[in-house]
Amino acid sequence: MLRLEKRPDPSKTWGYLAPVLAVIATMIGGGVMFALLGKDPFEAIRTIFYDPLFSEFAWYYRPQLLIKGAPLILIAIGLSMGFRAGIWNIGAEGQYIIGAICGAGAALAVYPLESALVFPVMILCGAIGGFAWSMIPAILKIKFGTNEILVSLMLVYVAEQLLASMSLGLMKNPEGFGFPGSRNLQQYASAHNAELWTGTGIHLGVVFALIAVIFSYIMLARHQMGFHIRLTGESPKAAKFAGVNPNKVVIYCLGFSGALAGLAGMFEVAGPSGQISIDFNVGYGFTAIIVAFLGRLDPFGILLAGLLMALTYIGGEIAQSSLGLPSAAIQAFQGMLLFFLLALDMLTNFKIKRTNTEVRI
Amino acid sequence: MKLKSILAGAALAMTAATGTLAETTKVGFVYVGPVGDGGWTYEHDKGREAVVAAFGDKVETMYVESVPEGPDAERVMTDMALKGADLIFTTSFGYMDQTINVAAKFPNVKFEHATGYKQSDNVSVYSARFYEGRAVQGHIAGHMTKSNIVGYIGSFPIPEVIRGINAAYIHAKEVNPDVQFKIIWAYTWFDPTKEADAAKVLIEQGADVVLQHTDSTAPQAAAQAAGNVITFGQASDMAAYGPKPRVSSIIDNWGPYYIARTQAVMDGTWASTSTWDGIGAGMVGIGEITSAVPAGVKASAEALRDSLADGSYHTFTGPLNKQDGSVWLKAGETAADYGDEGLASMGFYLEGLDSEVPN
Repeated sequence: MLRLEKRPDPSKTWGYLAPVLAVIATMIGGGVMFALLGKDPFEAIRTIFYDPLFSEFAWYYRPQLLIKGAPLILIAIGLSMGFRAGIWNIGAEGQYIIGAICGAGAALAVYPLESALVFPVMILCGAIGGFAWSMIPAILKIKFGTNEILVSLMLVYVAEQLLASMSLGLMKNPEGFGFPGSRNLQQYASAHNAELWTGTGIHLGVVFALIAVIFSYIMLARHQMGFHIRLTGESPKAAKFAGVNPNKVVIYCLGFSGALAGLAGMFEVAGPSGQISIDFNVGYGFTAIIVAFLGRLDPFGILLAGLLMALTYIGGEIAQSSLGLPSAAIQAFQGMLLFFLLALDMLTNFKIKRTNTEVRI
Repeated sequence: MKLKSILAGAALAMTAATGTLAETTKVGFVYVGPVGDGGWTYEHDKGREAVVAAFGDKVETMYVESVPEGPDAERVMTDMALKGADLIFTTSFGYMDQTINVAAKFPNVKFEHATGYKQSDNVSVYSARFYEGRAVQGHIAGHMTKSNIVGYIGSFPIPEVIRGINAAYIHAKEVNPDVQFKIIWAYTWFDPTKEADAAKVLIEQGADVVLQHTDSTAPQAAAQAAGNVITFGQASDMAAYGPKPRVSSIIDNWGPYYIARTQAVMDGTWASTSTWDGIGAGMVGIGEITSAVPAGVKASAEALRDSLADGSYHTFTGPLNKQDGSVWLKAGETAADYGDEGLASMGFYLEGLDSEVPN
């Protein structure tokens, strides 16, 4: 019989190995699923992982990886900070929406004013919006001990209703013939989060995502707050003795992740998406949770994980149109990634041992 | 040897290229929901199947389902265009700006955008006059209700849905002056849980007819459970719930249009157009009126349907006042499609409806 034995310390090797093995296991498991659906598994896997990077049209797909990956990375970096401290912000999707509403709202309020100040103000509003939305679960947790998982999650649905109301009411395009949705910010030069270099996919949100990666790395490695966050997560008791103020950590972690999610929403609405609409949010806030764990809550790990996740989205769509795979199969494929990761993660904390008790001489 | 293989390769490529040009037309479809939703996307996919059935080997279709309305849609369309699509149908209002963006980058690819209003040299728009079907539903509802309360599940307060409510209401009132409409906004196109809740609330408030402008069959199931309530299929026939609660339906029938547009691309006659067809052109179908409806009502409903189809009657024929009592259409006047008070941007209720358009 096999038995699990807790490791005294989490295994570093397994910590790095688990994500890699999870990707391989997903390819195998996904391949089996695709074969059962009557598709060539090798062609399907190649289409998902290889085609976006190296096929004939890779010049178009590669920049798309950055566009799709940037919001995921930006949000996941914020979330990872809280997850390290055991503070679970599940509502990044809501903070993302509010950031977009505030950022776009700032632009629409001054439309059609052309000024170099418009965009910086939008960035500020986006970050403040996401921050403020995340302060609701933070303050409720500090004052009344409510569970931030539930509160932040429920606020996603509130934010969605607010988004629908904005698209149909206050922010509705006055020249839109009564149809829902705001003006398209892509056509408002001062507010447009355009590509910095045409054809590269690099917009300011991508730059911010990279800055966030570096910032959070330095923060965790060098700064006292980073130390407090790590300590709170690893040993709450020790943190208390070390004089860490738990309320401060809650405010910081939720606020930081809220602000980054708000920024992601703002860059999205001002650039790739262009407008506030009822279906503006597409689940980045939830997918980022997977990205954070896939990246081991490590800033550079998250960078890679975000790009990998973006790859499965883009490759998944290519596989749908060229191989006729149903979208549900692609979603199941992405789900497998998290499933295998969590399963293999067990080996980071546990050793597999045989339970036979034969006496050795 | 090397030169020979290059030439051979080139020749092969040439045959392949000319082969594609002469033989197959590639048609792409971008769907907002899963093809198995039983409503909106399901009917568009049936349209795609009709294209395959009509042209066989001469067409190659591709589709991507559940595409969010935003940058993802733009990528999916670009991907299809890069793969050599000749014609791309983008089947949701929220793909409007994306369709225009991608079309500008691929001037040789034809695009068809459903339910929007932005056209360009290679972007056509098309939609269906579903409100004609609503008139028939309202007529049946007005006759059938005993409580004089008709429930209506709205999706979003947009012109399309408001037009439907108005059309159903005036035709219900025409045959039953005491009829009242209770409207619940579900703020979703497809969410079985919310739709079922909305139906239950309406039934509790006394509605014995429930009309829906959302796509799932959940309201049908709720009506069936409640007993003496009738419903109408939406987007697709939903015949499984007949003969009662479902007594008729509005069916989106995109097949003929998709076939005609594909043919136009094959013939090289495709031009950017704006199409808004109703029962007459076959884009809106009225599902079979079941035995739960008395023969007399069925006959008058079918007569209404036929008069809408042959153009002898317009759904919105004056005298009609707006909710605030001001005149919208004078006696004998029919509603214009466009303009400030046109159907395309209709944002107001008609006289007699006692709720307000949410804002």
